[in-house]
Amino acid sequence: MRGDPQAHQLVAPGTLHGVLSLLAEEPGAWTPIAGGTELMVAYAAGRLNHRKLVSLWGIPDLRWIEVSTDSVVIAAGATFRDLRDHPAIAAEFPLLAKAAGWIGSIANQSRATLGGNLVNGSPAADSSPALLVYDAEVEMISACGRRRAPYREFHIGYKRNLLAPDELLYAVHVPRRNAGQRQYIRKVGTRRAMAISKTALAGRVLLQNRVVQEIRLAAASVAAFPARLYRAEDALLGKAISPETMRATRAALLSEIVPIDDIRSTAEYRRVVTANLLQEFLSSFAPDGTIR
Amino acid sequence: MTLSYSSIEFVVNRERCQVSVPPMKRLLDVLREDLGLTGTKEGCGEGECGSCSVRVDGELVNSCMIPVLQAQGAHIETVEGLSKSGELHPLQKAFLACGGAQCGICTPGMLMAATHLLAQNPTPSITEIREGLAGNLCRCTGFVRIFDSVIASIAQSHAGPGRKSHAG
Repeated sequence: MRGDPQAHQLVAPGTLHGVLSLLAEEPGAWTPIAGGTELMVAYAAGRLNHRKLVSLWGIPDLRWIEVSTDSVVIAAGATFRDLRDHPAIAAEFPLLAKAAGWIGSIANQSRATLGGNLVNGSPAADSSPALLVYDAEVEMISACGRRRAPYREFHIGYKRNLLAPDELLYAVHVPRRNAGQRQYIRKVGTRRAMAISKTALAGRVLLQNRVVQEIRLAAASVAAFPARLYRAEDALLGKAISPETMRATRAALLSEIVPIDDIRSTAEYRRVVTANLLQEFLSSFAPDGTIR
Repeated sequence: MTLSYSSIEFVVNRERCQVSVPPMKRLLDVLREDLGLTGTKEGCGEGECGSCSVRVDGELVNSCMIPVLQAQGAHIETVEGLSKSGELHPLQKAFLACGGAQCGICTPGMLMAATHLLAQNPTPSITEIREGLAGNLCRCTGFVRIFDSVIASIAQSHAGPGRKSHAG
């Protein structure tokens, strides 16, 4: 069953104000569409149930990246190409730059937006683990104003998030305070290009005298939405990396992830490989480099 | 439901065009059905195969993923725009010479992805060529002859008139 263009209404107000007014007039009636790399797949297959769509593409107020003293702020309509090309992101947020390169192909990266990736809320979202370990905040906007929330609270269930029916994701704030920290990210998929992850893990750690002072761990494809690994973090905080802490952290990780069997992988594979990724990260800064 | 057609204007291969179509119609379908530009192919229809690759405002895109309303005012380049005055583009000549095309379904997309790559980076390494074409699938060639074609076209453009005029 193919998508029928006449079964869908699509409008392009052309300004952020115009989009927000439309959403305020009929909350929940309009589905925003930015680069289309998600919704157009459903549309082509005849599976797009949203009848009224409002285009966010080509709105300058939604596509910019701004560097301030404390943070880099990325507008929700910035594409992954924009992220890959931005010098401050490459220099200070290498995990995010790398994840941007994971998105589909060049032709997808030129259209897919950061906001679209987050609002779509796939459990496998490529940009999410990096944003979680960087303590990103999301900024939401409606005709009534703006509000902010930690990104770690944005997803509240499978493909569900904090946005009210009349709200848009407006920007993502990423604090600039990772200097001197060890960072890690790795995605495991079927092939390098175009593959959706079987699992992905990101980490950031601040060490002092070999003791973990601050730790962030996050994973995708191992729960209903991308999430921080709080128990694994707790198992490491204030500890030196040793075979014992490593074992405890691995057990903590396995106690909190809830992967499933699906077309891309199995729950068991995801459990084992996610724990292995964590071990790879921790081994990279262990004193002897080879904790097993 | 009352749904109207939109009048959409853009530039395709240096020519100004106007179409009256449903705004959700895919750019791919507008190119093929309304403008008769059937060089752009549909493979998967879900952004995975790259057969429908075209350039929009200098960016490589999958035309199956763009509602035509989002192409309003855009500059679009399709495979039909590669040849000039009846002469094939150097990439097209290289694909012919090196066996870079077999069944032909992926070829227009490959040519557009290669054109985009060379526009960004005139002397890519083999790794960069592989990455530049990673979103374009071919089920015939095994890719090697396609990479060879891109390399041959680069070699040709450096040995050809470009260098002569530079030296002369």
